[in-house]
Amino acid sequence: MTSAEVHILDYGLGNFGSVIRMIEKVGGSAKRISTPEEILLAEKLILPGVGHFDRGMSQIVERGLLEPLRERVIEQRIPLMGICLGMQLLCFGSEEGILPGLGFVDADVRKFQTLPGQNLKIPHMGWNSIRVSRSNPLINVTNEEQRFYFVHSYHVVPNAPDMVIATSTHGVAFCAAFQNKNIFGVQFHPEKSHRFGMALLKSFVNL
Amino acid sequence: MLKHRVIPALLLRNNGLVKTLKFKDPKYVGDPINAIRIFNEKEVDELMVLDITASRERREPNYSLIEEFAGECFMPLAYGGGVTHVEQAGRLFGLGVEKICLQTAALEDLSLVNRLVERFGSQSVMVSVDVKRNWLGKIQLYGAAEGKARSEPWLEYTQRLVNAGAGEVLLNAVDRDGTLAGPDLELIRLASSSISVPLIAVGGVSSFVDIKAVVEAGASAVAAGAFFVFHGPHRAVLITYPKYQELENLLKATE
Repeated sequence: MTSAEVHILDYGLGNFGSVIRMIEKVGGSAKRISTPEEILLAEKLILPGVGHFDRGMSQIVERGLLEPLRERVIEQRIPLMGICLGMQLLCFGSEEGILPGLGFVDADVRKFQTLPGQNLKIPHMGWNSIRVSRSNPLINVTNEEQRFYFVHSYHVVPNAPDMVIATSTHGVAFCAAFQNKNIFGVQFHPEKSHRFGMALLKSFVNL
Repeated sequence: MLKHRVIPALLLRNNGLVKTLKFKDPKYVGDPINAIRIFNEKEVDELMVLDITASRERREPNYSLIEEFAGECFMPLAYGGGVTHVEQAGRLFGLGVEKICLQTAALEDLSLVNRLVERFGSQSVMVSVDVKRNWLGKIQLYGAAEGKARSEPWLEYTQRLVNAGAGEVLLNAVDRDGTLAGPDLELIRLASSSISVPLIAVGGVSSFVDIKAVVEAGASAVAAGAFFVFHGPHRAVLITYPKYQELENLLKATE
């Protein structure tokens, strides 16, 4: 079991305080970072984020974080987990914006559609259960229902279905979590999801 | 399937936790940190903390106290009270608050909703619509800071808040507050059928049956104060929250 310090990338969007607190709660150590140099030294990264896709991407680009992220995550393959918008930024692009995403995984981001006759509230906000679709290092396959806190209007659509590690349902089934080698994404907020989130972050700390 | 949230709504006054009756007569019910710890252990869906004197006293939020709250909350935390500027909201989000709840400031300046939404997104902006029935039973918008009814038609005002980008509406039935007399279901039906964003109804909830009725009236979430902090006919302070399985069984069929 390796247990490197987790670095939380602060690119101007997102509630990193809660992520740090929960990692410390599960016995890990976490630190906020914000510069290209710090990314190059990171052993394990979390990309949090709440807000607009283009605002997230432009912040990453303007702060010169794109290249160091690519080098560390794609070439040197350190574990990276995107949370909520952070997960979406890992994809090619989003219907929410016009800027290209990081493109670290083969996936796109689409808006939830309300079908006629459906009284579907958007954003998808609140607690929802997930279904784990394959064994993975992040989320245990258990008999107990696992529920997480979601807040989002867009969702990830992977082009490679085997990337999906968990799904949830809001009108349609959608990708709640994915893994592509060292790259993870979760649509929900583990840092706000009680013991279910703690178990997930503990797994990430111990990767 | 998305679950209906059941949310304890805690009121803060002079750094202590209080419970009001129809927005008056605050009764001290305990230390907020202690209460939040208990609610966290009980794995509540979400928690709401409203500072009921900040706006009245034209005071800023108590940041250090809120930071302590956030440190005890491993679930979403909404905070309301005394927020009048975008910068204050930014500071609160930085402390670990998920949602800001606006009431007085939105009444005074609707554009604050726009500005907060533009900067932080709809999902982080909740607006509290406080309403009270007059002696004829007519529903009127209520200004909590000045303690009286306002002239704006309440439903139109609510729709304006939603159009300005508010991500959630907290519908507060002032004349049910603290009464444990049951929710105003007609009010909830009127509001939920007129807005597209999630509705959180608060006021009057006293039982599981009430919680179910509020959800069936169209609310996405049910908030309650007295129901979670008082016990028995003498309103003894006892913090409780239903077990997850109890809520599941209660609300499952209403999906």
